This record gives sequence, structure tokens and C-alpha cells, in this order.
Amino acid sequence: MYEGLRQNRNAQLLLGLVFGIVFGVFLQKAGVTRYEVIIGQLLLTDFTVLKVMMSAAVVGMFGVHAMHGKGMVNLHIRGGSFGATVVGGLIFGAGFALLGYCPGTVAGAAGQGAMDALVGGFTGLLLGSWLFAVLYPRLKPFLSRGEFARKTLQEVLHLRTWPAAILVSALIVALLLALEWLGL
Amino acid sequence: MEWLMMEQWSPYVCGAGIGILSWLTFLLSDKPLGTSTTYVKTAGILERLLRGNRAPQREYFKTTPPSIDWQWMLVLGIIIGAFLSSMASGQARIEWVPEPWLTAFGAAAGPRLVVAFIGGALLGLGARWAGGCTSGHGISGTMQLSVASWVAAICFFVGGIAVATFLYAVLAI
Repeated sequence: MYEGLRQNRNAQLLLGLVFGIVFGVFLQKAGVTRYEVIIGQLLLTDFTVLKVMMSAAVVGMFGVHAMHGKGMVNLHIRGGSFGATVVGGLIFGAGFALLGYCPGTVAGAAGQGAMDALVGGFTGLLLGSWLFAVLYPRLKPFLSRGEFARKTLQEVLHLRTWPAAILVSALIVALLLALEWLGL
Repeated sequence: MEWLMMEQWSPYVCGAGIGILSWLTFLLSDKPLGTSTTYVKTAGILERLLRGNRAPQREYFKTTPPSIDWQWMLVLGIIIGAFLSSMASGQARIEWVPEPWLTAFGAAAGPRLVVAFIGGALLGLGARWAGGCTSGHGISGTMQLSVASWVAAICFFVGGIAVATFLYAVLAI
């Protein structure tokens, strides 16, 4: 479905731009392009970031799996490992706290005039990413250390897709309700 | 159009909007929302521009060619979208030192920029190391029920909470 559109390079560049503008509006209107909101999340005083991410995951989950069930879309799931996912995730977390933005929200912050995002964040991101490309041949053995045996939560939970999706989204909704109930 | 001028929408409305947006990116572009690969591609483009033919043929760029692609345009779009949205609400302004930092560490721009730079570097390194960021793993991967993405998202927050707490509870004046 839509194979022609997906293969059309110029149409995809334009679609990417349009999707990005919409994404940027949602991120800005949610407040997550602001340093104090992200730091507030990491200091556990403001749960806006988690609310945005988890509601996006729940809504996205149903549409994407419904379309996948009808053969309309491909999933893009990659495996992970202790060496790559856990170690990389913790390095990312440290950077997340020091910069106060993530790779998507830093772009939104720059768009609304945050110079720490534009001057410090972008240049740092370029350097750090480039360093990874330089170090990649030497890091490769470490990245595959402790590969995860399973790729999807369905395999972990021994459930089919829909029961797994319903269970995960019920847990997410319970978490969000608990946050609201606690006044966070 | 009054809603475009509002300073903030409910985080659930924005989250649901991003969820629906991801239906469209899967359907029309065969891609999940994600942003961090754009930085490594841009770094590769810059290296080629600066060093020309002397730029080494790096193994990483064989699988991730440094070029302007869908996701690069998405990140450009985020800048434009946030600019338009903050202009509409009157929040757009040049700011060197954000509020919580100012209270904790003072108004000087230098220290804030240095820490932002170091943070950005760790963020770029960590995103490539873990194979994604808060969008690619945290939203797109978790919705696909990917084990690696759930583990990555939890590690993003564990590392982030630890360092932010150290920064603001221990180092702050």
C-alpha cells in the first residue's frame, strides 16, 4: 500500500517536513521543549514528559498494530543487548539531564529561541554522534555483549499481540491515573 | 485559530496527537518517528564538507549514509513547528540561561553553555550507542512493544534522574 508514495524521494522529503512541523507544534504546546519541564521530570516534580510519551505510545500502539494486522504497515523492531541498550541508555540519560533536552525537543527548544539548545546542544550532539561513528569499529564487540533473547514483549509475556497491547496499555493508563490521583 | 495561540495544551492531547501522527508516518512513509540519526548524518555531511576526499571511509556511514533524508527534514520541521507555535503563543524569545539553572547556578551564560555542550555530546553518543532516542525508542519503539525500546527508555530515565538529582540536589548552590 502506498508503495509509490513511499518510494518517491521528493514526496518523502516534503512529508518529513510536514510531519516534523506537526510534531514540533505538539512538542511545543505540550511544554516539553522547555528546559524547566524536562528537568522537572528528571527531578520527579513535573510528569509532563512521561504523560506525553505514554499517551503517544498507547494511541500509537492501537493504530499501528491494527494497520499491521491488515498488512498495511511494516513494523520496525530491532533487537537490543546489555552492552548497547543498557550502557547506551545510561549514557543518553546522563546527557539528557545535563543538556535538559533530548534529540527531538532540543530542535523545538532551538526553534523557540533557547540558545543553550542551539549553541551548546546542537554542537554537542554533532560531536557526540560523530565520536560514535569514529569509535564504532572498536565498540562493535562490546555492543553485541549480552544480546537480549527476545525482541518483543509478546514473546516475553507469552501473549499474542492484542492481549499484550491491551495489558501494556492498561498498565500505562493505571500509571497515568495514579499520577493524576497523586496530583503530580 | 485561538487554540494555536494558547501557551499550553493538555499533555494527553499532545501525546494522543503524536500517537496519531505516528500512524501516518508508518502508513505514508514506512517510518517510525525518530530524530537522533539525523545528528550523526549531519556530522558525516560536515566531515565530508570540511575534509573533502580526505574524509576517511568510516564503517558506520556504510549502513547509515550521511545524506539529507526523511528524518533530517522531520527534525528541520520540528524547529519550524516549535518556532511557529511559540510565535503564536508569544513564548518565542532569545534566552541563554533557563530558569531553574539560573536559580541554582547563576545567570552567567558560559557555564550553562559548557554543560549543555557536554550534555549534548553524551546525548549524541548515547543515542547512537543505544540505537535510538526518546522518540525512536521512547515513543515509537514502546508502541511497537519492542523489548529493547522499553529497556532503553527505562535506562534513559534512570540515568537522567540520577544525574539531574546529583546536579540539583548536590551541586546546586
